[in-house]
Amino acid sequence: MSDPAPERPLPAWSLPAGTVESLGLPTDWPGRVTREWAWGDSTGKGVRVCILDSGIDADHPMVGEIEGAVAVEVGEGEEVRVVEDSEGDLAGHGTACAGIVRSIAPDCSIFSVRVLGAGFTGSGTALLGGLRWAVEQGFDVINMSLSTTKSRFAGVLHEVADAAYFRRTVLVASAHNMPVESYPWRFSSVISVGSHEDPDPLTYYYNPNPPVEFFARGVDVEVAWLGGARARSTGNSFATPHISAICALVLGKHPELTPFQLKSTLYLTASNVEEEVA
Amino acid sequence: MPEESLKAAVAAGVLASEQANRDLLQATCEVARAIFSARAASVFLYDERTDELVFEAVAGEGSETLLGQRIPSSTGIAGWVLVTRQSIVLEDVSADPRWGGAEIAAKTGYVPRGLMAVPLLHEEEPVGVLNVLDRPQEARFSLEEMELLGLFANQAAIALDLLRKGRRAKAVLDDAGADVGVVARIASSLDALEGPQRKAGLQLLGALEELFVQKR
Repeated sequence: MSDPAPERPLPAWSLPAGTVESLGLPTDWPGRVTREWAWGDSTGKGVRVCILDSGIDADHPMVGEIEGAVAVEVGEGEEVRVVEDSEGDLAGHGTACAGIVRSIAPDCSIFSVRVLGAGFTGSGTALLGGLRWAVEQGFDVINMSLSTTKSRFAGVLHEVADAAYFRRTVLVASAHNMPVESYPWRFSSVISVGSHEDPDPLTYYYNPNPPVEFFARGVDVEVAWLGGARARSTGNSFATPHISAICALVLGKHPELTPFQLKSTLYLTASNVEEEVA
Repeated sequence: MPEESLKAAVAAGVLASEQANRDLLQATCEVARAIFSARAASVFLYDERTDELVFEAVAGEGSETLLGQRIPSSTGIAGWVLVTRQSIVLEDVSADPRWGGAEIAAKTGYVPRGLMAVPLLHEEEPVGVLNVLDRPQEARFSLEEMELLGLFANQAAIALDLLRKGRRAKAVLDDAGADVGVVARIASSLDALEGPQRKAGLQLLGALEELFVQKR
């Protein structure tokens, strides 16, 4: 091509000559990423984790103090309102997730967004409204042990998941226990989680055969339940907060990481990858 | 069979199928209970009209009292499972009146120590929830059992969907009044005939249809 390059402004998503330095990465990645580098000594302090679920019983000793709690209400015209939540937990599951996160990342901040309680009819709208609200608040990690099978929500959920990804909010979502199409866990902009049977809360595996990307502890997990109770629980929805908490540990030590870098860190420190490297 | 006659025959089948569909659902519950050596198993149907969950089949503990009982669709464990489409297993729940098993306890006086709950999905829609209560405490739960539960859920979902469709069809027939009911009953009687009688019946209906088509 002999024609000179046309003189026109470059699109915003290109990198003009002489501006490479603007991309200076503050992260000093070691030659080999280890768990010690990734989250050694981290308690999750300074990281805000949102539990998008059934609410949280903040009086439970396994949960401790929470930053705040809101509920998503759906009006008759499907309009969404986010109001302060005084109901606590309507099922027990959100409390269980919060307890798991607290057990691994004791100093992270936990916020409850309750999307349950609007009736089943309004549940898809509440889920979407709650997720959108949570992304706008700029939480570092959003734990979603839930999904929808309604394809009419898939497009919008995808947009919200991508928006979160670009705003440095990590969505950690439960994969289905059954082989069904559901969202948002199937989107590549989220971190999707299934279960393994190992009892170690910090054992997690990278899955080279997605859509499920990681497997974490999800069988016989001791969890907090309603009214100060405890239970042993099984399901992908309990594996998810393990990965959310590990994300909180990593971000506590490396707050500059983007979701892409965080997912890469999870990959490099996964139990089936780090050991291979070692 | 011409399309309209087929529809009428299907409608007639539907009228008689309520009990058969209920039996199928009940049998699924009984098998789920037996496979997991559980104290009880039950199926909730999601009622779109009232946005509630209804106990549609119960095996074991509570079978006398729970049938037909209703709970809100998005609270408690069953509500959570319906809304999130996630299966969960809870065991060894330390006794507390507020735990999610209260929805069962309040109706039966029996407080389960644990339950497995799985969504019943038909195509995109959850149609209900399957619960298995109090499997033996000494047996550690495994992911294989979770898969087994999922397989049962598929079967229960089909049974529940049949029941739901049958009821919808019946409602349509009821709304349509006696006219369609007559057609359904004729189709049902015809379906029961054999040999020459059946052939003659079909010919007669065929002739009637031709007459109606000409008049239209």
